[in-house]
Amino acid sequence: MGPAVDFAGVTMKNPVVLASGTCGFGRELQGYFDLSRLGGIASKGLTLNERKGNEGIRAWETPSGLMNSIGLENPGVRGFIEKELDWINGHDVANIVNLGGHSIEDYLEGIALLNDVELDLLELNISCPNVKQGGMNFGIRTDTARDVVRTLRGICRHKLVVKLSPNAEDVVALARACEEEGADGLSLTNTYLGMAIDIERRRPVFDNVYAGLSGPAIRPISLRMVHQVAHAVKIPVMGIGGIATWRDAVEFIMAGATAVQIGAATFVKPDLALDVIDGIAAFLDAQGISDIAEIRGIV
Amino acid sequence: MPKVISNERISRDFWVMRVAQPNEARMGQFCMLRSWDRYPLLSRPVSVFDADPGTLSFLYKVIGEGTALLSRCREGDAVTTGRVLGNTFPLVSGRIAMVGGGVGIAPLYLAAKTLKAHDPATTVDLYLGFSDEALLVEEYAAVGDRTTVKVGGFITDAIDPEGYDCVLTCGPEIMMRVLYEKCRASGTKLYASLEKRMACGFGVCLACSCGTTAGRRKVCTDGPVFPAEEVF
Ligand SMILES: Cc1cc2nc3c(=O)[nH]c(=O)nc-3n(C[C@H](O)[C@H](O)[C@H](O)COP(=O)(O)OP(=O)(O)OC[C@H]3O[C@@H](n4cnc5c(N)ncnc54)[C@H](O)[C@@H]3O)c2cc1C
Ligand SMILES: Cc1cc2nc3c(=O)[nH]c(=O)nc-3n(C[C@H](O)[C@H](O)[C@H](O)COP(=O)(O)O)c2cc1C
Ligand code: FES
Repeated sequence: MGPAVDFAGVTMKNPVVLASGTCGFGRELQGYFDLSRLGGIASKGLTLNERKGNEGIRAWETPSGLMNSIGLENPGVRGFIEKELDWINGHDVANIVNLGGHSIEDYLEGIALLNDVELDLLELNISCPNVKQGGMNFGIRTDTARDVVRTLRGICRHKLVVKLSPNAEDVVALARACEEEGADGLSLTNTYLGMAIDIERRRPVFDNVYAGLSGPAIRPISLRMVHQVAHAVKIPVMGIGGIATWRDAVEFIMAGATAVQIGAATFVKPDLALDVIDGIAAFLDAQGISDIAEIRGIV
Repeated sequence: MPKVISNERISRDFWVMRVAQPNEARMGQFCMLRSWDRYPLLSRPVSVFDADPGTLSFLYKVIGEGTALLSRCREGDAVTTGRVLGNTFPLVSGRIAMVGGGVGIAPLYLAAKTLKAHDPATTVDLYLGFSDEALLVEEYAAVGDRTTVKVGGFITDAIDPEGYDCVLTCGPEIMMRVLYEKCRASGTKLYASLEKRMACGFGVCLACSCGTTAGRRKVCTDGPVFPAEEVF
């Protein structure tokens, strides 16, 4: 009750989750606030094997946004299980493990490893724009996404949340396909494919030419997609995209999101999530709302 | 929020800002600065130029939107400095050289002061290189023993690392690489402060990741100071 939510059977003390790739594995934030105040934390995107990530410029600011081309630098599923998992599980937050991949085989092997460990939600990233093979390619076409989710659902023992790309051809159809194939929840959106050019060097800023845009610049578009998707499926949705204040979070909840994720905004203020959590709670109080579900999807 | 004590233009493009803030800033560290609310989105990494218990100073070059906004701050304006971030230069003693290029001289001021205070027998020779105009030469001379300034050309031509126990450097990557080759030839230990584009500054985004002999490292939290042989 109050700000607490049930997301696909996982109880979270509030709906605020830190988004994958914007909070490391939580360690770096512990000196700034008590992590257990969060509803949940989504790990940096993991791949089966360790990855160095992309070369060249990895972050570039745009008007009210941030483009990144990190390229899934991560310690690999095994490294994560060995070094990070117990630590995260030692905190009272929903542990959401984000898994990326280059091929179905990678995802299958990653899931097989994660099947044996304790976690709350497995967030399947089929929407990363910053890797050359795989990544977002799985999350553009409905048929491809359907096949991936069907195959992976078959072996995944954890609750499965599929993270959707705003670059999908038809995000509502794709969301429905994920639901039909047994996804327990959805999260959206990942970053938008963008580009920047260094005019002095007459070259793209990023070695990969294109990169993923996030931050306040994307918020209205992500909000629209969350609204469309949340009204088209029965499984719960985590709303993501440019959330920087509690008001933004309430907008996503009113659009139908059960929980929200905060991404790039954490870079500016490490404990921003606490402002959002406290703001939501104060809003519920001021409005005389005893259960946040009362406002979920009311728009 | 910390308040600006002074913000002075010291040359065409360079400014020094002093901010009232209790701190324990040490040589080589930096802050994520902002003097604006929502826009631009990110804060800007700027080295601590000088620090005493109640104030932090920053030497910065106006190159784009963020630093231009910083330069418009007046006495009494509020700025956000956040925490003092990053590792420090090593507390070395003996015969020390410091080599700075352009705005890379910024962290060397506190470094020279700190090393001299730590061991009065330590000598610090400063080598300052600029492309068009020398900055703060007297101020630097006051914290070091010998100061060599070069405007135009390569400051690395002016230093012979032989005979120094340790060299500390900050500046353009090309300058630091040349210096590293020289130090390697003479067997002198070199520590370099790296500058990488940063989004968060406290270790969560991986924008600043760099390859080292010890694997991937984050310049913001594992650095910015690295033993040169690990990164060049
Ligand atoms: C650890 C560290 C210490 C630094 N110390 C100083 C200092 O003491 N004095 C000083 O003048 N400058 C310093 N810099 C560089 C300074 O951060 C950039 O000049 C500044 O961010 C440019 O911002 P802008 O908005 O004016 O330029 P813009 O070009 O508008 O910046 C756009 C984006 O690029 C980033 N960016 C641009 N150039 C750099 C760069 N060289 N390094 C990192 N990010 C960059 C900005 O943060 C921003 O996200 C330091 C950088 C780092 C990483
Ligand atoms: C630097 C950075 C790294 C990211 N890494 C990942 C990742 O590894 N996996 C993933 O699913 N999403 C990743 N994302 C996307 C975010 O989780 C989020 O979906 C997106 O940034 C939109 O939210 P925001 O506008 O609040 O930042 C990353 C975003 C940023 C800015
Ligand atoms: S700047 Fe974000 S990890 Fe270093």
